Amino acid sequence: MADVMRPEKLDMSNDTSSLGSPELLHVLAVDDSIVDRKFIERLLRVSSCKVTVVDSATRALQYLGLDGNHSSVGFEDLKINLIMTDYSMPGMTGYELMKKIKESSAFREIPVVIMSSENILPRIDRCLEEGAEDFLLKPVKLADVKRLRDSLLKADEMAFKNIMHKRELQANDIYSQLKRAKI
Amino acid sequence: MDALVAQLQMQYRNYTVSLYQQGFLDDQFTELKKLQDDASPDFVAEVLSLFFEDCVKLIGNMARALDQTGTVDFSQVGASVHQLKGSSSSVGAKRVKGLCVTFKEYCEANNYEGCVRCLQQVDIEYKALQTKLQDMFNLEKQIIQAGGKVPQVDIN
Repeated sequence: MADVMRPEKLDMSNDTSSLGSPELLHVLAVDDSIVDRKFIERLLRVSSCKVTVVDSATRALQYLGLDGNHSSVGFEDLKINLIMTDYSMPGMTGYELMKKIKESSAFREIPVVIMSSENILPRIDRCLEEGAEDFLLKPVKLADVKRLRDSLLKADEMAFKNIMHKRELQANDIYSQLKRAKI
Repeated sequence: MDALVAQLQMQYRNYTVSLYQQGFLDDQFTELKKLQDDASPDFVAEVLSLFFEDCVKLIGNMARALDQTGTVDFSQVGASVHQLKGSSSSVGAKRVKGLCVTFKEYCEANNYEGCVRCLQQVDIEYKALQTKLQDMFNLEKQIIQAGGKVPQVDIN
């Protein structure tokens, strides 16, 4: 009986939350402005996030392996917890980038935040309707990032707790069965 | 030594406050300073340096776009103005940003003279800010060299 109750047998290794190291959210930031890239990178570092910054939507897709030049091999281990993108970028906009991300099975669950210097209501609505986690007006504030981070960590913590609770119920269930079978 | 530090710190405080009062800088610059710490002591200077490089590049673009003999592509000028507006906003360069707002309106109105005037003003304004900030950074260096700490300046 004791043998079966060892945690390893219950497959706790399946990590469906990104709570490997809770403090280090990995954020992919996309912006064509060099000043804004420097700024957002610092904002995120100060907020204890791991940051990858790229200068275009195309580069972001390359980074994620969604540019059609790769198979999905090698990108499953890429742990991104949040994507923050500027809206107005030459070539592909942040909105179009988000649509591509939402179309991919690998990355559609990753929250996407859109940043813009322009407070255009129809634009904001469209982004939120398309599934944006949030829409931030530039310049982005430290408080905005902290708020995002806290809400993501909370969501992760909730998901993690739910998983642990389920596992506990499973473990109790098995225990009861074994007890009844008098093993 | 302490008297010198105190004097430099007071100079620094007054100078910084005047930059805000005269409209060179706004709250966003304060936000930038919040992001600077002992681990990244030159962050503000680095961002501003990138901003001034951006100014040179974008103003160059605007000048070229306005220099077309024949029809001027105002949307091209406007695109560069939009970018400059964005980056000036991000660093708290209040006067430059304000000029960009006006500049953008002239672009949308296809007003050539207005655009040329704005271009000249934007060029003057970013250079003025650059000089002012250089003086501010120099004061910081002097304080540190005199053995003091750069004070946090409360604008409000």
